[in-house]
Amino acid sequence: MAVCVAVIAKENYPLYIKASTADNELKFYYTVHSSLDVIEEKINSAGKNANDQRELYLGLLYPTEDYKVYGYVTNTKIKFVIVVESSNTTLRDTEIRSMFRKLHQGYVDMLCNPFYIPGESVSSKSFSETVISMMQQ
Amino acid sequence: MDVVVFLTVKYLFKGIFSRFGKLTKLKKVVSDSIMSWANNLPEELTCRPTGLVILTGLDVTYNAVHKSIWDSFYNNRRLDRVPLQFQVVPGDHEYPKCRTNKRQSYEWYIPKGILKSGWMKKHLTQVPAVAVMFFDLDWDDAMWKEKQMECSTRVEIVRNSLQGRGTKVSVVLIQKNAPLPPGEDVVAAERAASLCSACELSAKHLYVLPQTDHLIGYTIRLENAFYELSQAYYHGEARKVKSHKDFLNKTTHQLLFVRHQFKIAFFNELKQDTHTAIKHYKQAYGHILELRMNDTNMLEVKTIAGFVNYKICRLSFQHNAPLDGIAQFRKHIDFFKGRIGVADLAFEHSAWMSKQFQVFGDLFDEAIKLGLTAIQTQHPGFYYQHSADYAIARKQLCRGSCKPLPVGASQAIVENIGSLDFYGQRPWRQGHQSIDPPDLQKERDGIAALQALELLEEHSWLIIPLLNSAVAQFKKYKSLRMKRFLMVQMGQEYFHARDYQRSIMLLSKVTWDYRVERWWPLLTSILMTSLKCAYLTGKVQDYVINCVELIGPYTTCSAEEKTRIQMNLLRVMSNDAPEAEPGLDAVCVEKARHLWTPGSEPCVFNVEMQNIVPCVECKARFTSAAVAADEEVTVEVYIRVRCPFPVRFSKVSLSLNNPMYNQYLEVIDGHGAASEGEGHEGNLYLVPGMPRRYTFSFLPVQEDVGNQLEITGVCVVLGSETARCGVMTWVGAGGDAVVPVQTCLSLLPKRQPSNHIDWNQIQLDAVTKIVSRPAQLDIGLKHQAPSLLNEFYLMQVTVTNREDVIISNVSLSVTVPEKDDYDRATHLSVDVAEFDGHVVARLAYMDLESLAPGESRSKSIFVKCLQTGIKLITFQVDYSIEVKASGHLIPCACSKVESVNLNTVSAFEVSVKIMNMKFETIEAIQAEEPFLLMPELKCIAPWAVNIQDSDLQLSKSVVKVDKSGSQLIGVSLEKNECAAECYCLSSLNSPLTSVSMGSYVLHWKSTHAMQYATFYWFPTC
Repeated sequence: MAVCVAVIAKENYPLYIKASTADNELKFYYTVHSSLDVIEEKINSAGKNANDQRELYLGLLYPTEDYKVYGYVTNTKIKFVIVVESSNTTLRDTEIRSMFRKLHQGYVDMLCNPFYIPGESVSSKSFSETVISMMQQ
Repeated sequence: MDVVVFLTVKYLFKGIFSRFGKLTKLKKVVSDSIMSWANNLPEELTCRPTGLVILTGLDVTYNAVHKSIWDSFYNNRRLDRVPLQFQVVPGDHEYPKCRTNKRQSYEWYIPKGILKSGWMKKHLTQVPAVAVMFFDLDWDDAMWKEKQMECSTRVEIVRNSLQGRGTKVSVVLIQKNAPLPPGEDVVAAERAASLCSACELSAKHLYVLPQTDHLIGYTIRLENAFYELSQAYYHGEARKVKSHKDFLNKTTHQLLFVRHQFKIAFFNELKQDTHTAIKHYKQAYGHILELRMNDTNMLEVKTIAGFVNYKICRLSFQHNAPLDGIAQFRKHIDFFKGRIGVADLAFEHSAWMSKQFQVFGDLFDEAIKLGLTAIQTQHPGFYYQHSADYAIARKQLCRGSCKPLPVGASQAIVENIGSLDFYGQRPWRQGHQSIDPPDLQKERDGIAALQALELLEEHSWLIIPLLNSAVAQFKKYKSLRMKRFLMVQMGQEYFHARDYQRSIMLLSKVTWDYRVERWWPLLTSILMTSLKCAYLTGKVQDYVINCVELIGPYTTCSAEEKTRIQMNLLRVMSNDAPEAEPGLDAVCVEKARHLWTPGSEPCVFNVEMQNIVPCVECKARFTSAAVAADEEVTVEVYIRVRCPFPVRFSKVSLSLNNPMYNQYLEVIDGHGAASEGEGHEGNLYLVPGMPRRYTFSFLPVQEDVGNQLEITGVCVVLGSETARCGVMTWVGAGGDAVVPVQTCLSLLPKRQPSNHIDWNQIQLDAVTKIVSRPAQLDIGLKHQAPSLLNEFYLMQVTVTNREDVIISNVSLSVTVPEKDDYDRATHLSVDVAEFDGHVVARLAYMDLESLAPGESRSKSIFVKCLQTGIKLITFQVDYSIEVKASGHLIPCACSKVESVNLNTVSAFEVSVKIMNMKFETIEAIQAEEPFLLMPELKCIAPWAVNIQDSDLQLSKSVVKVDKSGSQLIGVSLEKNECAAECYCLSSLNSPLTSVSMGSYVLHWKSTHAMQYATFYWFPTC
């Protein structure tokens, strides 16, 4: 399923980033980091009509030869990025959306932990398990 | 006969598309790589095809007329001229031979390949659509018969050399005489007809070109005619190819389906019918996808697929259908992405893929330059990026699988690789179309030779320009992070290309942004590359900067890595050579080793700590926000290191905005001998995670009183000044390496453990103010408020020295701060009560000389208020004193201010009655008739008032009747008591108007005041 999942803070630094394989981890980091360009652009263009309830799911950010990068932004500007392989044709928009919902839920649960300081890197085990389950399906 | 005489010509075809061809030609392959056999697009494919017209019979070397005709065709062809290409050749020029035995059936024919490599070039530059014979001949030529014979012979020669081709032959007669209007010249019509029949020429193919000054007009007219002929020719050629279709069958002639469609499309392009052309290119592409593909012909299929795809994409952009082009390209890539072919030549596939992306990027970019708009997620940058990715993959495949040829083996097997009969075939088995290679040994040799060729390729110089193109595009489409990523890749590629200088330069441009955004894993990987570059180039400064950052707490290196790096840093700073970074090329390391042999020259360099995220942090602060002039200023510097091992610095110093204090703000490592914080020597051995404080204090100089002191920089020195010395500098008071994220929790107060410095609790205070020393002095004021209006009101000021020592230069200033100049209504005088009508509002610096401890001195100040109400009066005493502080006597200036609000009230209420001689109150007086004036006084002062004298100062029109004086002399009035007196007056010849009678002057003094005051009152009647 997903080959890389990332949670990015409001200030655009990574809170959590996990790639399915360790060998080209760095490449995924760059991919996720570069996708922030498109996320920012999308957030800014959506901000013009502030009255509309903004859709959290941003859709496909940009395609690379081998991967597709999807984005999601919470109301507090926490960004979720999921990278999937382009060759995986079973993943349609609805599947991606449900992955994001699951990720959001996991993040919210993690945030409810009183010992977690918002803005620090996420080290929660159960959140990690949520992410890993999304990569293994 | 078509006689060209008109200058007004309509241009049907404007050469708007021809720019396309030119630009793509310019941007051709970035560098003609060695491996052109697999991925190069030939120039004849990328140029814009234009019909070929051959001009013969022109002697451009010796005949000026002919030369000018040729120039008018060939030179300065603007874009609005018809898209044709002209060549001048001699009349007996040999054209490519046309196959004489025309194939009647394809039944036994097995094609050897898809497309011959010479075919496009042949039709672009060798086989003309139109052959034009120029001939000097006037209608009234004396030797007409002979000339006609000569002309027809020449036409015959041209015809023969083009035998079998559909090339249109035309004749242009160059004439000296201007032509007559059509129909009038009977001779001309007759001779034209005879010439046509002699040359077997249709009348439409005979033209006349008069020699005039307006040659260009005739030329344009002529070339338009040629253009029509060429279109007819190419149309015919396309039909000819199409007619073969019926002979083909799907089993043996698959290749021909592709070839024929390609040819039809290409002829249509030559005809400038791009819509028909793209239709046939698409059909050709469809046939390509149906081809049987196997390892032996994969390169050929991909090569031709690449050609056709290029044409389709290019024409789609040209037809303003960019989405069609993008979709075609996507389809093309998706289809061929996985068709690698021979595994040993997988690099060929990557090279081909890279090229596909690159040319599409170029096409896309061209289209944008011609007005297409692209968006952030769909622009040429992505294609250049993917092209670069494939180029990188190619490099890796090459490194992984390619071996040089064994010594003695020759490249002969691939020598003719640049000149094959068919595109995309193998030089050792040209024309061979079976699935298995005919000779396995040859196949192996060939592959080995190709691999050896690939090894000669400098891949980095293919990758870097591609990345560079991508960087420019991503910058344009607001994707700065992607741009940085590409720059990192570029930097790494320069590293692989062993251009370490440029690598480190590029990388240093982007590290800042990764620091700011706190993507530590990315920053770490970039820094590791920079460190290697710094090592290999022997740059001490860069090396140290990278080390200082890499061993810090934020980078994601492993603990062992950090240990290794810090050990290297230690070596460098103790003037030793560091160990090589792991994974470097042995040859380069050997070279670098020489660079690191310590030189005798000391090497001092600067490390700007706020530009990196270092392992050393510092915070400096003044302990208080304001310091009195006789107190010591205290500055604290906290330093913390966060690397794996302790660090010993050699010096810590601070600088302030006034550099004269810097001498006090320095601590030098005492190598553990001295205890910390004492004098100039201290312990600069810092243990990781344990912040250490260094305290400095000094007395401010007198000139700085009233100024601000500011910490302008902190400087920590690593290493020794005699060898290698890294000066780490912070601007201002330093601060955290990374500003902590503000969360609600971080705002809550934290419990502070005693005897331990909590780094996060240390606030930066970079500024303090030097204030003057507080005065030890009393200002006593003795007076009895309120003051009365116009009275000289006495204020006794007593200054008492409360210091322990004598004070000198004591001076008193008294000021009435006026709101504005017009309201100067309070007069001050000292010692004597005097007022000359000029108001003095400030008594400045009245000298009180020196005062011994406890001694007092007084001054009498008279205040005369000319208005009632409350006035603020300030008393300021300034003095100098010498203070003993830390064993020094320092002169200080002190100042003390007292102020008082003084209320002023009136002393009297005065009313005046005018009466007749019968003591009856009257409104008006009669002229020259005596009357009585009776002023009545009521004392409203809080204490008794003694009237000294009173008088009337009368105007000229009024006189006293008798000589009586004041009746109130010596009268004392308590509060609310009244007094009155009476004067008998008479007016002189009175005018009818009312007159001023004069003033009533009262001299009085309050019982406790020393001085008289006067009171004026002016009645009128």
